[in-house]
Amino acid sequence: MNLTWMAWTLPTALFFITILVLLCGMAVWEYASPGGNPRIGVLRFETTRGDRLFVSLLGSAFIHLAWLGLVGPNLWWALALSVVYAVGVFRYV
Amino acid sequence: MEKTWNNKAWFMVLPVLLLVAFSAVIPLMTVVNYSVQDTFGNNVFFWNGSDWYTEILGSDRFWLSMVRNLIFSAIILVIEIPLGIFIALNMPKKGWGVPVCLVLMALPLLIPWNVVGTIWQVFGRIDIGLLGYTLSSLGIDYNYVNDPTDAWVTVILMDVWHWTSLVVLLCYAGLVSIPDAYYQAAKIDGASRWAIFRYIQLPKMNRVLLIAVLLRFMDSFMIYTEPFVVTGGGPGNSTTFMSIDLVKIAIGQFDLGPAAAMSIIYFLIVLLLSWVFYTVMTSVDAEH
Repeated sequence: MNLTWMAWTLPTALFFITILVLLCGMAVWEYASPGGNPRIGVLRFETTRGDRLFVSLLGSAFIHLAWLGLVGPNLWWALALSVVYAVGVFRYV
Repeated sequence: MEKTWNNKAWFMVLPVLLLVAFSAVIPLMTVVNYSVQDTFGNNVFFWNGSDWYTEILGSDRFWLSMVRNLIFSAIILVIEIPLGIFIALNMPKKGWGVPVCLVLMALPLLIPWNVVGTIWQVFGRIDIGLLGYTLSSLGIDYNYVNDPTDAWVTVILMDVWHWTSLVVLLCYAGLVSIPDAYYQAAKIDGASRWAIFRYIQLPKMNRVLLIAVLLRFMDSFMIYTEPFVVTGGGPGNSTTFMSIDLVKIAIGQFDLGPAAAMSIIYFLIVLLLSWVFYTVMTSVDAEH
């Protein structure tokens, strides 16, 4: 199958593999502990762990964009900040 | 009673998953790949990192088209949602008027978007259009080709004409599903017209209103065809919304990298705002 039209690069492939691994991890977590662990956190509405992953990924995307727009092109610190943010979301949201 | 978990049901959604993968996920992956590269055609790409994102985020053109889009969507929601509820409340619930009203409401929705644009482009012309000619005859200085305010008014009127019906039909479906017992109980309690609306009709319409708000927000935020046909994004850039700007960059200038970066940012904004709308409205629903 010729996928050259998709213009794959190693960094983008790694990015999508990470997303896929996260989704598989969530599926395994759900299998081990069914129900999605719904709870009401600091946002004052019920979230499941799927919601928390979505909020983490969406927030991380905006953290990276904000970093690019306000700080500069070195995104390692934005990645570190996103990981901290995701841990916070899974812990408190 | 303990809930039964049967994960085999997930296989039922496999066809939809495959369909979404081919129609949405693979194109989205391709756009992400394009957004970090540059190309001059012939399927040859050069790594460009995050530069296109930096360029888009630093461009006034992008922010101005986004602000125009946000203002447009806000105006559309503020007009179409209350107007749709009002019309649905006043539509007949039985008799011959029901099919007549439903067909009349469905008509604008059946017209293709580019045809709607063409209709309004002619309708607003001051030389041959009914609206433009009438306004000019009344001495009102109206010309959507030259005046940004007139262009905005025309585009908003066109969208209201085209899409309020959708809100009406959704609200009407919510209203007719309310059992008569609720109205009888309200009558016994001596509830006012406002109280019936506030405590019976509005809560019962909550779910359809959520769909209406989400659909109208996403559609208006991604609007392209109608304003492009009517104004072409002008006069100047006054009605250049993000989608119009995006097509200009991608197809007009063949700058696939910046266009892909802008698409990703655009997608993230739509995703964020839709999630906020959905969460707020479902939370309100849960509280009720």
